[in-house]
Amino acid sequence: MALDSKIPDGPIADKWTKYKFGLKLVNPSNKRKYDIIVVGTGLAGAAAAASLAELGYNVKAFTYHDSPRRAHSIAAQGGINAAKNYQNDGDSVYRLFYDTVKGGDYRAREANVHRLAEVSVNIIDQCVAQGVPFAREYGGLLSNRSFGGTQVSRTFYARGQTGQQLLLGAYSAMSRQVAAGKVKLYTRTEMLDLVVEDGKARGIVTRNLITGKIESHSGHAVLLCTGGYGNVFYLSTNAMACNVTAAWRAHKKGAYFANPCFTQIHPTCIPVSGEYQSKLTLMSESLRNDGRIWVPLKAGDSRPPADIPEDERDYFLERKYPSFGNLVPRDVASRNAKYVCDEGRGVGSSKLAVYMDFADAIKRDSQKTIEARYGNLFEMYEKITGEDPYTSPMRIYPAVHYTMGGLWVDYNLMTTVKGLYALGEANFSDHGANRLGASALMQGLADGYFVIPYTLGDYLATIGHQDKISPEHAAFKESEAIVTERINKLLSINGKFTVDEIHRKLGLVIWDYCGMSRSAEGLTKAKKMVQELKHQFWTDVKVVGTNEELNITLEKALRVADFIELGELMIDDALNRNESCGGHFREESEVDGEAKRDDENYSYVAAWEYTGENQPESLHKEQLTFEYAKPSQRSYK
Amino acid sequence: MSWLSKTLSSTIGRKLIMAVTGLFLVSFLFVHLIGNVALFYDDGGASFNKYSHFMSTAGIIRVFELLLVAGFLAHIWTSIQLTRLNNAARPEGYAYQLKPSKEVSWFSRNMGLSGSIVLIFLVTHLQNFYYRYHYEEIPYVIYAPAQLYPQAKNAPKEVVTSVDSLAGHTVLHVTQKQAETIAPQLNTEALKDMQQLVHEVFTKEWWFSILYVVAMFLLGFHLNHGFQSAFRTLGLAHKKYTPFLTNLGGLISILVPAGFASMPIYFLIKAFM
Amino acid sequence: MNLNLHIWRQKNKDTKGKMVSYQVNDINEEMSFLEMLDVLNEDLLRKGDDPVAFDHDCREGICGACSMVINGRPHGPTRTTTCQLHMRYFNSGDNVYIEPWRAGSFPVLKDLTVDRSAFDRIIQAGGFVSVNTGSAPDANEIPIGKEIADEAFNSATCIGCGACVAACKNASASLFVSAKISQLAMLPQGAAERKRRAESMIAQMDAEGFGACTNTGACAAECPKSIDLTNIAQMNREFIGAKLTSELV
Repeated sequence: MALDSKIPDGPIADKWTKYKFGLKLVNPSNKRKYDIIVVGTGLAGAAAAASLAELGYNVKAFTYHDSPRRAHSIAAQGGINAAKNYQNDGDSVYRLFYDTVKGGDYRAREANVHRLAEVSVNIIDQCVAQGVPFAREYGGLLSNRSFGGTQVSRTFYARGQTGQQLLLGAYSAMSRQVAAGKVKLYTRTEMLDLVVEDGKARGIVTRNLITGKIESHSGHAVLLCTGGYGNVFYLSTNAMACNVTAAWRAHKKGAYFANPCFTQIHPTCIPVSGEYQSKLTLMSESLRNDGRIWVPLKAGDSRPPADIPEDERDYFLERKYPSFGNLVPRDVASRNAKYVCDEGRGVGSSKLAVYMDFADAIKRDSQKTIEARYGNLFEMYEKITGEDPYTSPMRIYPAVHYTMGGLWVDYNLMTTVKGLYALGEANFSDHGANRLGASALMQGLADGYFVIPYTLGDYLATIGHQDKISPEHAAFKESEAIVTERINKLLSINGKFTVDEIHRKLGLVIWDYCGMSRSAEGLTKAKKMVQELKHQFWTDVKVVGTNEELNITLEKALRVADFIELGELMIDDALNRNESCGGHFREESEVDGEAKRDDENYSYVAAWEYTGENQPESLHKEQLTFEYAKPSQRSYK
Repeated sequence: MSWLSKTLSSTIGRKLIMAVTGLFLVSFLFVHLIGNVALFYDDGGASFNKYSHFMSTAGIIRVFELLLVAGFLAHIWTSIQLTRLNNAARPEGYAYQLKPSKEVSWFSRNMGLSGSIVLIFLVTHLQNFYYRYHYEEIPYVIYAPAQLYPQAKNAPKEVVTSVDSLAGHTVLHVTQKQAETIAPQLNTEALKDMQQLVHEVFTKEWWFSILYVVAMFLLGFHLNHGFQSAFRTLGLAHKKYTPFLTNLGGLISILVPAGFASMPIYFLIKAFM
Repeated sequence: MNLNLHIWRQKNKDTKGKMVSYQVNDINEEMSFLEMLDVLNEDLLRKGDDPVAFDHDCREGICGACSMVINGRPHGPTRTTTCQLHMRYFNSGDNVYIEPWRAGSFPVLKDLTVDRSAFDRIIQAGGFVSVNTGSAPDANEIPIGKEIADEAFNSATCIGCGACVAACKNASASLFVSAKISQLAMLPQGAAERKRRAESMIAQMDAEGFGACTNTGACAAECPKSIDLTNIAQMNREFIGAKLTSELV
């Protein structure tokens, strides 16, 4: 199937306006005849469910959490970008668009990004109207900060809990629709399959996580708002339950998976302390404004930091990138931390960490000032590590944080399966090969509040309300049977490895070979290792208990099975993309240790099509054109 | 149900009843305490007995008495309902008991207990004083002019039980029967000798004095939490004046019970010194 | 360190549960409490036993999923979430008692997992501003003083974990409900429907069977986000005002 991105013609600033006018509308009195299935109730899902219900559609919203308020959007700290230009510092929709395309290292779709920048301003209005308590100035107007190295202050924030406040806003809007009877909420219910019939998405098959009951839900369209797949690495800043299953099941039913190798590694996380580690905690990027990053000059120097004199320290970011210093982009900072640790100069007991030192900032600005700026972060660090960052430097290390890749979608956010949409982190569209800080919240909400309500109507009006099948249809029964069989298979293996053991091994393979730095040799080796893990999983995993109960091991096993397959595809994608761009660094494509992008050969979206069990996936390319933001090589020297 | 009964039967509505009646009862405590200070006047009980007489006969006081009874009943009845509701909210308790943080006072968590003990006290208190004063035979007293003393002193025991001279009065201790004869002769009124009753209860029924002091101690804790809690329930909390109200509550919870408790102690000390 | 764990095990909603003792060894003090339980669960799994089910997700103290009463205190000995509690607060040889939140409105689903959907229903009753997508005025149209925005934020920071209910001797949900009512009452955006909101959220709170508030402050003392008790007073104020003046009869 050829990929049709459906990007509208015309000047970039008019595309979305013109396109919206061209979209078909569903008659207001007919909207109640359509059932929309929304999977996932984070920013994108809750926003979509609320907005569609407000329009009059019947929405069924699914979450595996006990409440929609637990979605991992809640953990976003920094803020949300919007081209409001409230600060009069030269920001504009065009500048936000331009920065995002450039920040994405020219691997995002211009039209989508421009639309994102356009609707960013509406998001702030909407959230404020919902009662989101953004930070304000004494005069009562909204406050902004500069974030992630941008030249303008366009980030709106609610202390270090912006994601929480935005999610609770979307959750409240959805709750209102639940009360109105327009959204039916299914909690502790996990999607395990997508049902496709006659080339269209018809519904989903779910498992009730309390009773184990397998159920079918049919609708006119299915929206996957299921977040990213960072947990393929086992250790990441994602929540424990974040998984790829919904997207991966859809992929196996015909939705192409785009750019799976584009993963973002965040440079400032609290390092791993031991084998038992279950997840990693992010320390806000803003710390790099005042923290100086260093390691000992000599390898194997295990003196405490205070005993290492100034001339035996290597402030490696300041040394290599004199003009940006500690504020180089996330991928550059992460990679360099890895290099110094690979050289044996890492610190702490694991030797997989670098120092982030606030001593100079405290000397310069006083401890009080630093406390006012980062008090809560310092406290969090102390809580977790038991060390006081005011007196000894923090230890940090990169960790997987966000996945730019995801289901391929067109301008309507529709995947290659008709009637199946992907919103938020679950799709691939707006961040290219690297996401800028404070853009994830913006994209999730843009898709949910301001894009899908328009584009979905066009599809629904086209198919008509009668084009729906009952959950009793053979297609659903077949899916239910497959899901049940899969569960029974897992329960019957009774091998010797726990699910977590295999997941941990998978994570290590992906981290080592498809993490911050990738090579053809390593990737080829990793592919084999993942295949072996897959074999080990399906022959020797241990899942206890039954399906008909709350079974945490079974839940995990179903997710890890999909992570293993995704891992292999990530490796394929990374192997295929023999260039370095954004979060994807290929050792074969570099100049002086810096990433070298290859626009001539790789200026495309790699969309992978599932072709069958244990068959190589087939690659489809969507060529990217840059009419407005002309590609240039990034340099931070 | 009308909006009012709906309001008052909600959890917050019930708490409002507790708060309003609670504060009303605190105001009663003040009035009661101020009146009782007359016990300490060394005037043969003249002030206190006159006060008692007024309190038990004036019409307006009867009205307040009814209000007071209603206030007590509402406070107690609502607390029973709330306790049942609160117990039902946690049908299965913790296997390992909750260990509240140090910021949470033991008494704030045991208002029911302190309240119940105060209630037991209240019942005996009413029996001892209110019931006996109104419905049992208790000594009477007549405050006559000082110059009558020699005459009164020589009066036969059948006419006057005993006679004192005190603070410019001749104090005639009489029975109800005697009072009926003498008072009209002297053209004065005989009063029930509440002072004497108090004295006897506190000194002869000394165990009651102990209960009195213990109950006052618990009343203090009840007030300490109840006073500021009532304001919170009424929605009155602000960082500017909540600390003041809390401190005021603290002060009241010490002064009022201490004031009351000083009475049995005073009588006991007086009796045994 | 080695610990003696005593954990509430309950197969499902309809069966009776009991405390069961386990021993875990070689626990590292850098571990979080949940990582310690992960170790136990791996042990149980290897033996073919049913692992202990507990709610958890973000493990960074913000999603509000984790919910354990540890040695008689919701989220354990310090003011934090269970996922942010580290083993350095325990000593080798300690007996550690782990139970689920206990409240009639939070039925136990399995082991330490409880059903907190009552909180969702309370929010659905009115914990929102009725504004449809697209109908909002410009965000800077209504100035809100920084102090008020900050106060509203302090209330909005609630993570809905339910520790307040677990800590309260009456299993009252007042702190949770009041935090939302206060947040929206403070902001001009929420003013239009504040009476309605207060009345219906409180009615729902009562319908769910939570107990009454006796202002002991146990909730605020355990709240991992330090939601203040003054929210409850504000809720009461909103309730009285609404009941006396609203159009609902």
